[in-house]
Amino acid sequence: MRIFKALAAHRTGRVGAAIIAIYLLLALCGLLGLTPHDPLQQFRIDRLSPPDTTYWMGTDLIGRDTASRLMVGIGQSFLIAFGSVGLASLFGTLIGLLAGWWGGWLDGLLMRVMDVLLAFPAILLALLIIAIVGPGTGTSVAAIAIVYTPIFARVVRGPTLSLKRRDFVDAARTFGSSQRYILSRHLLLNLVAPLTVQVTLALAWALLTEAGLSFLGLGTQPPAPSLGLMMSEARNLMQQAPWLLIFPGLTVMFGILGFNLLGDALRDIIDPRTRRRAA
Amino acid sequence: MSKLLSVRDLRVGFGAAAATTPVVHGISFDIMPGETLAIVGESGSGKSVTALSINRLVDFGGGRIVGGSIGLTRPDGSVLELAQADERALLGVRGREIGMIFQEPMTSLNPVHTIGDQIAEAFMLNRDMDEQAARRAAREALERVRIPDAAQRLRYYPHQLSGGMRQRVMIAMALAGNPRLLIADEPTTALDVTVQAQIMALLAELKAELGMAMIFITHDIGLVAGIADSIIVMQDGIAVEQGRLDDVLDAPSHDYTRHLLNAVPHFTGGRAVPDRPARQTPDRPVVSVSDLAVRFPVGRRLFARPAGAIHAVEGVDFELMAGQTLAIVGESGSGKSTTARAILGLVEPARGRVVTAPGRDGRPVQMVFQDPFASLNPRLDVEGLLAEPAIAAGQRVDTDLRKRMTSLLDRVGLPADSLDRYPHQFSGGQRQRLCIARALMLNPDVVVLDEAVSALDVSVQARVLDLLLDLQREFDLAYLFISHDMAVVERIAHRVAVMYAGQIVEIGAAAAVLSQPRHSYTRNLIAAVPGIERRRQRYDLDTTPVPSLVRPLGYEPPAARWREAGADHLYRQESS
Repeated sequence: MRIFKALAAHRTGRVGAAIIAIYLLLALCGLLGLTPHDPLQQFRIDRLSPPDTTYWMGTDLIGRDTASRLMVGIGQSFLIAFGSVGLASLFGTLIGLLAGWWGGWLDGLLMRVMDVLLAFPAILLALLIIAIVGPGTGTSVAAIAIVYTPIFARVVRGPTLSLKRRDFVDAARTFGSSQRYILSRHLLLNLVAPLTVQVTLALAWALLTEAGLSFLGLGTQPPAPSLGLMMSEARNLMQQAPWLLIFPGLTVMFGILGFNLLGDALRDIIDPRTRRRAA
Repeated sequence: MSKLLSVRDLRVGFGAAAATTPVVHGISFDIMPGETLAIVGESGSGKSVTALSINRLVDFGGGRIVGGSIGLTRPDGSVLELAQADERALLGVRGREIGMIFQEPMTSLNPVHTIGDQIAEAFMLNRDMDEQAARRAAREALERVRIPDAAQRLRYYPHQLSGGMRQRVMIAMALAGNPRLLIADEPTTALDVTVQAQIMALLAELKAELGMAMIFITHDIGLVAGIADSIIVMQDGIAVEQGRLDDVLDAPSHDYTRHLLNAVPHFTGGRAVPDRPARQTPDRPVVSVSDLAVRFPVGRRLFARPAGAIHAVEGVDFELMAGQTLAIVGESGSGKSTTARAILGLVEPARGRVVTAPGRDGRPVQMVFQDPFASLNPRLDVEGLLAEPAIAAGQRVDTDLRKRMTSLLDRVGLPADSLDRYPHQFSGGQRQRLCIARALMLNPDVVVLDEAVSALDVSVQARVLDLLLDLQREFDLAYLFISHDMAVVERIAHRVAVMYAGQIVEIGAAAAVLSQPRHSYTRNLIAAVPGIERRRQRYDLDTTPVPSLVRPLGYEPPAARWREAGADHLYRQESS
């Protein structure tokens, strides 16, 4: 509750939160089928129609409504982004927590594996994974999750190392608290704040990676709409029907902007050091 | 003789509201050449801001002098108005006429340069020396601050020196410009008590040698007694009392000064050990430690055996009787906290045994840590914090448990509606009370208090100590009281064990050990305690450094030989 209030008071955070709220609404409508037109129906007469009152963002080469496809595409992209970031944060947190808590050879092994994954550019590694397994929504989620797991592992391991040396963890040991209790109440509870920030920022990258993958034809498969796929189909028609490229492009851009603004604002609110600087 | 520094109606504020809400309002004082002024106050009283205004370092912290004047008499007799001086004029003053030393010598020294380079730089800047002359001067400066083997030490980096050595280096740098005024901002607060005494003695000697005036800022009114000529007591940005040292200490006129003087624990050499027998039969040991040794490997690498070990605790034996307080005193690195942690199983002993008597309920030994800000999880509310020991013991959080929580909160002097509040909503003293309540949740027999009152302001410290004494009587607790502060130990302990370099060197009844110390280290420790009663006393100390505790693998120290000095008073006989 405190965080929502602080967000409402934060200048750019307010904008970011508003953008994401609108996107979530659009995505929900898209997934529930509450679109102006059927995103797959081909209105042959109105092919390549520029934006007007019937087709708010125009139609594509085979007469499908861009606005409806965008709404469904946002839904699709968000599903993949949330799914992959959810998995990445889950496994990354687990790996970082275990590595930091037990240390020793386990730490060395886990973190070296993470370093290897981190050494590849995100999109390249995702491409490699999809090239091996084959394209599809599930594969996209898995690939993007694997790519972003090391970042979460790193983000969690650092604070874990410092938290486990704090007096309150020692105090818990003197009470005879179980390891599970210490890990959940003393470590995870204190990691919620940095994780929230990281999740928000990772959603922005995941959105971009997903768009990149489907642009290359390795993400969502046609005829299902997706932001990257729509841009890919539109790039040859840039001269005749610029709306086909501009609207999906702006959608991706504002989505990333929204998550970034939100993440930066959360960081300002949660991290006392930046908060002091801002004050 | 003319005044060296004359401050009139100084007002300093911070930020945009500097003029309307100053943090220092209306301070006036004069300093004669060669005189020492002490500014005393608790945290937030404005004592440091006052001092930093004199060399205008306060500008860099966002502060602004909004009123008053600071007149510095230059060597040629002219008066420079520091409150209005521009940055160029100030550069010629800082270092050359006004030197400064800070509280934390580690952060004031640059870690990537040798101390020789850093001192030489001060000479080159302030005396326009060439590099060779500056090097020679640096060596002489190190000798002047009594650092042995000065020529070799010049090549050391700050991290290779102890805290006391680093503070000496800082003093050597401050003296490079041959200042006529030295500002010392809590220069000994971060140091051990014997090191503090050495630094105080050094400052007193240098002052006499160089005829330098000094402003000495401290929170410890007992410390200034030995060095100051006059004193200002500050509270909330106002000088509540100022005057000659003897007048203020002997006949304080302001309530706050009296309060400070009363709150400071006085060390009286064992005479203040209270004559209060432990309530129940004291011959039942609740904790017996025999031949305890704790070692930390050093130089451990992958696939390589450790090269040696730090012998943090070596051959420690003692028994803690039911209902009694055993104090372990010693300086940082003496192994006293490691001993406590070994008793609670937080570190694995290399050898020896810790036997705890089965308690009244559950876990018989609980602990209260030094830093009340670090020992409470900031994300849990008070109910969650207090419930933890009970949950660990397999109890359910129900109305009975909540009743116990509120009664304990009430007992330690916290409001009953604290249960749904979070640690950051409490002050340091209240948090320590919270930690004590948490330690009592499981009705323990023994509470280990690891520097439990050291981080608190003096007046808060006195009240928490009273609480501890009351609780001991009420719940029949035994305390293992770990502290570096002899005056506090004298108030609370039945028995005292003195630790030095990982070993107990003297143990016995508190009155005997504190009044007739037999081991040379105990004597040193007691001689170093500052106090208002010890005014004008010269601290004459042996400056032998603590021996290194790093030993090669497999090293076993020779067995200790003990000598008896009374019914309950043993001390270690050193072989030399």
